[in-house]
Amino acid sequence: MSAEISNDDPDVEVPEVSRRGFLSTTAAGGVAAGVLPSSLAAGRADASAGRAAPSGGQSSALSVTVNGRRHQVTVDNRTSLLDLLRERLALTGTKKGCDQGACGACTVLVDDRRVNACLTLAVRCEGAEVTTIEGLAAQDGERDGELHALQRAFIEQDAFQCGYCTPGQIMSGVACIREGHTGSREEIREWMSGNICRCGCYVKIVNAVEQAARGGRD
Amino acid sequence: MHPFAYTKPADTRSALVAGARGGRYIAGGTTLVDLMRETVERPGTLVDISGLPLRDVRTGERRELRIGALARMSDVAAHPRVRSAYPVVSQALELSASAQLRNMATIGGNIMQRTRCTYFRDVSAACNKRQRGSGCAALEGYNRSHAILGTSDACVATHPSDLAVALAALDTVVHLLGPDGERSLTLTEFLLRPGSTPDREHDLRPGELITALEIPPHPQPLRSGYLKVRDRQSYEFALTSAAVVLHITGGVIRDARVAAGGVGTVPWRLTAVERRLVGARPSDRLWAQAAAEASHGARPLRHNGFKTELLERTVERQLRTVGGTP
Repeated sequence: MSAEISNDDPDVEVPEVSRRGFLSTTAAGGVAAGVLPSSLAAGRADASAGRAAPSGGQSSALSVTVNGRRHQVTVDNRTSLLDLLRERLALTGTKKGCDQGACGACTVLVDDRRVNACLTLAVRCEGAEVTTIEGLAAQDGERDGELHALQRAFIEQDAFQCGYCTPGQIMSGVACIREGHTGSREEIREWMSGNICRCGCYVKIVNAVEQAARGGRD
Repeated sequence: MHPFAYTKPADTRSALVAGARGGRYIAGGTTLVDLMRETVERPGTLVDISGLPLRDVRTGERRELRIGALARMSDVAAHPRVRSAYPVVSQALELSASAQLRNMATIGGNIMQRTRCTYFRDVSAACNKRQRGSGCAALEGYNRSHAILGTSDACVATHPSDLAVALAALDTVVHLLGPDGERSLTLTEFLLRPGSTPDREHDLRPGELITALEIPPHPQPLRSGYLKVRDRQSYEFALTSAAVVLHITGGVIRDARVAAGGVGTVPWRLTAVERRLVGARPSDRLWAQAAAEASHGARPLRHNGFKTELLERTVERQLRTVGGTP
């Protein structure tokens, strides 16, 4: 899978052995078959997410900035922002849970607003600035790679188990803090309700959002 | 998802031309993209109207509130005048969906959203709304979440919008623009009961666009609020809901507007409840008596008989919350 991406997208840096490539290889050998629950739609992208675009005006050229980096791609009009990120730009931090706007695992920021990437058609993101979980850590100078305050809070509060919903929880939490909906634990719970955690880590997720909100750093 | 062409007109005139050619308008896309993925919706062309100047929320000369069709749910809910003058609207919005979806979905799209009936969403099931004449799997199927008011033998699906319930209570007007010009009708006229043609959900002509929703001026002071009852605390559609709007002066209810959600095939105005309230003085007894009229005409199905009493209790509680007890 990693080879497919690196062949098609010269603007994307793909590590020699990506996590996805590793998983797909090991899953094929049956070793990691239990790691990826079949109920998750993670591995299933629309056929439209593939590189080949249909003819007849059903694909579009697109310029979109992701984590500060501009990408010019041609997409099948059916491609979701989620599939663009995962399948084309190799940014697999954003997760595919339900693929129907019901779980929040795909939450990203588009022009600084949190949205469900699964219900966002990529073709509609022309000119947009997208921030994903990969873009949260500091990317400059001495603090390069330093985690965002909410990422640190999730670690310190032990706010996840399987981790599948975590990138969406964190992106949603970052927006929740910016929006100012952190006045109480109840308010955090309500404004984080678009992110489902099937492991049931809600208490610690609220702890983490509360901690980062109090810390003041955004 | 079926393949489609995509166009993003720069102005309203171009959008209308594309719409008249059979293009399907897309605003927030939260319903449409989801249903396209399920192949319930199969538009040949999407006309992206998000660039059109239909996003303003403003107060007019008569103190009417005009909400642009492309205003996002989150922005309208947070709008200072909406919050101060019509808490029922901001509450209905903030009790809907999730913060993410409210950042995407628009006001015009909200009232156009399609039912959550699982048989409608399942292309292998019979559904007169999806395909006229194919039957209704919900009638004899699992119908716990379905409607008890405004149903027909062809369809028992609920209208899922909370906002539309609040707007119906406020006599909101829908402004439309089409190839033949502008026209306006009330939201209650705009949304159609299923009858024998449940595939016709609204009185929108081919190529017509919703440009704005307008809440007419109401007598002051106005108290209002929205109560939503559901299976989980948040991020869920209503089992029942109640929008209550009261104008009380001198200890007497001068004007009452009550509508219910989760129970009707369209947002359901409870006119019998309203009649009980107007001219009366607020009291716990009055709230109970009026609420007892809420399920007038209800036709419960096999699994949703509980909605009749739940609706009455929902209305009673929200009447007490908004109207108070002297």
